[in-house]
Parts: sequence; structure tokens; C-alpha cells
Amino acid sequence: MSSTAARQRWMSILAQASPVELEGRWREVSAPPRHRLLRRPETGLVMVRGRAGGTGARFNVGEVTVTRCAVELEGGGVGVAYVRGRDQRHAELAALLDALLQDPARHDDLEQAVVIPLAEAQAARRRAAAERVAPSRVEFFTMVRGDE
Amino acid sequence: MLPGLADPTLDSQRIFRSVLEAVSRPGRIVDVPAEIQAPVPLHPATAALCLTLLDFDTPLWLDDAAARPEVVEWLKFHCSVPLAAEPAAAHFALVADPERMPPLSAFNPGTAEHPERSATLIVQVRAIIGGTGRRLSGPGIADEVRLDVSGVPEPFWAWACDNHARFPRGVDVFMSAGRVMAALLRTTRVGD
Repeated sequence: MSSTAARQRWMSILAQASPVELEGRWREVSAPPRHRLLRRPETGLVMVRGRAGGTGARFNVGEVTVTRCAVELEGGGVGVAYVRGRDQRHAELAALLDALLQDPARHDDLEQAVVIPLAEAQAARRRAAAERVAPSRVEFFTMVRGDE
Repeated sequence: MLPGLADPTLDSQRIFRSVLEAVSRPGRIVDVPAEIQAPVPLHPATAALCLTLLDFDTPLWLDDAAARPEVVEWLKFHCSVPLAAEPAAAHFALVADPERMPPLSAFNPGTAEHPERSATLIVQVRAIIGGTGRRLSGPGIADEVRLDVSGVPEPFWAWACDNHARFPRGVDVFMSAGRVMAALLRTTRVGD
């Protein structure tokens, strides 16, 4: 995995974690570093766009509330986060962890202690939701018309 | 990288208020209210103007002295500002070494139909001194005001006269030094 793809993966997992889970994992991080806010958490709107059927013309789905934050660690590493919702603490923690995960000396420990458990919890939630709705799944068919 | 404004909303509103004060009273020395750690070589007033006026919609041209990697990175991060390769393509220009700056006529003066599409320059100078120097008059100035600017090149004031002569086209200039600024607009007449 390229370093960009790897970073995208953990940023996505951190952004989609529940703030409570993230806070719990953060408490287990040893020696949290000193840092300052390059951009303190701020909330705004982002327009989400989609394509009908994944291939159609672009249209605006709607606006989503997003909170972003950027931090700089004492040693100079910069982390950023964009999270859905207005939880400022969530954005700050995600940005901090993004900065720490880029540090090769800390990456593997954090991956084990924070990223993997969060990813597993998210996968479990997705599975549970999929199982819950599976029984009500409706399949649509188009019958071949007689005149074709 | 250095942080931007401590309180982006209220600080930029306060700075913008000082910009309004400066453009309504050209030649008046106005305090720029900002506690800001600016990347070298920017002064606090210069940095505050940049953070308040620039955004993703305003291509910025930087002179060689201002185009340091730390400055560019800082402006791009905090303002999302695109860079213009040529002075003529810029909505804003940041000049940190006015001794070597291009003439004011190198920047976009707008068109007769749309003079508001002209460029605005932020020129960082060594010092701005009131009560002495050039005589300025025009809209926003009762009688006249005197302004001395240390650090601008010899032909700068001739450029300002030519700039005034092109009205309604022309560029507007903020001169900044330390924590103060003064506006020199296309409407301002420059005397001896």
C-alpha cells in the first residue's frame, strides 16, 4: 500500500470511529505528545455530490456538517482530520492520531492499539446493520416484454 | 508550520474593520489588531492582511522575497490561496522587497467596464511615517495628509501618479510595516 493510501485508510477509520470509542483508545496511548493547534476545530458544510447509478451525471446529494482540525506535534509532525458532525474533540483526537501515525517510531504500536480495534468495531457495526436489513431485501425484476 | 489567527472569525473581522478604516482614509496610518506569529519575512500587519483578504478565489502573486517555501506553505494552508505565475494574472500581490518590485502598471488595472476586477497590492515596507513626506489628497482626505514611506524604490511615487491618472482603472495598494498599515488608492493624488 502506498503511504498515501495507508494514510487515507487510517484517516477514514479515525473519522468514522465513534467519539466515545476514540476517546477510550486515546486514553491508552502512552506519553501523549505536546502539540499545538494549527487550525483549531471548526465546523462547516461540505456539499456531497453523487452520480445516479454510479455512472450518471453528477448531482448534489446534499450538504453534510463537517468539523476539521489540524495539529502540529512538538517535533514538527502535522496531522489533519475531517470528521462528520460537530464533535470538536473527535476532530482534534483524529488529527492528533493522524500526526502520530505518520511517525515511523510510533506507527506500529498505534496501529495495533487504536486503528485495528476501531476498524474491527466499525466492520462489526456494518455487518450487524447488513444482517438486520437483509430479511427485508426486495429484488426488482423486469420481465421480458412479449413484443421484443 | 505556524498557526494562523487565534480566533479566525473575530480576528479576521477586527482586521477587516481596520482595512475599511484604511481605505476610507487613504494615507492614514492604521493599527492592525492581530497577535500573530508570521513566517519570515512577513511582518504581523502583512500576515494579518493576507489571512483576512486571501482565499481560494483570489490568485496571489508573490515577489521573490515573499515566495519562500514557509510563506507559501503557510498561505496555502490557512487561506487555500492559488498562486499566480505573472503579476498581471493576480487578484492580490504580496511584495516583501519593494526595492525590486515591478511597476504598478505590471498589475491588472481592471477594465473600463469592470474596474473592480483590478489587483490589490500588499507592499511590506521598512517604515511608514506620518506628518512628513509626500502630500496626499483626494476622496477620504480632508485637505491633505502627509506620508513618508521608507523602503519603496525611487520611481514608486511616479508610478502612483500614473496609477491615479488611469482612474477608474488602476490598482490599490496597502503598505504595511510592523503592526500598522496605510492605504494608497487609485483615487489618491500624490503631490511633492
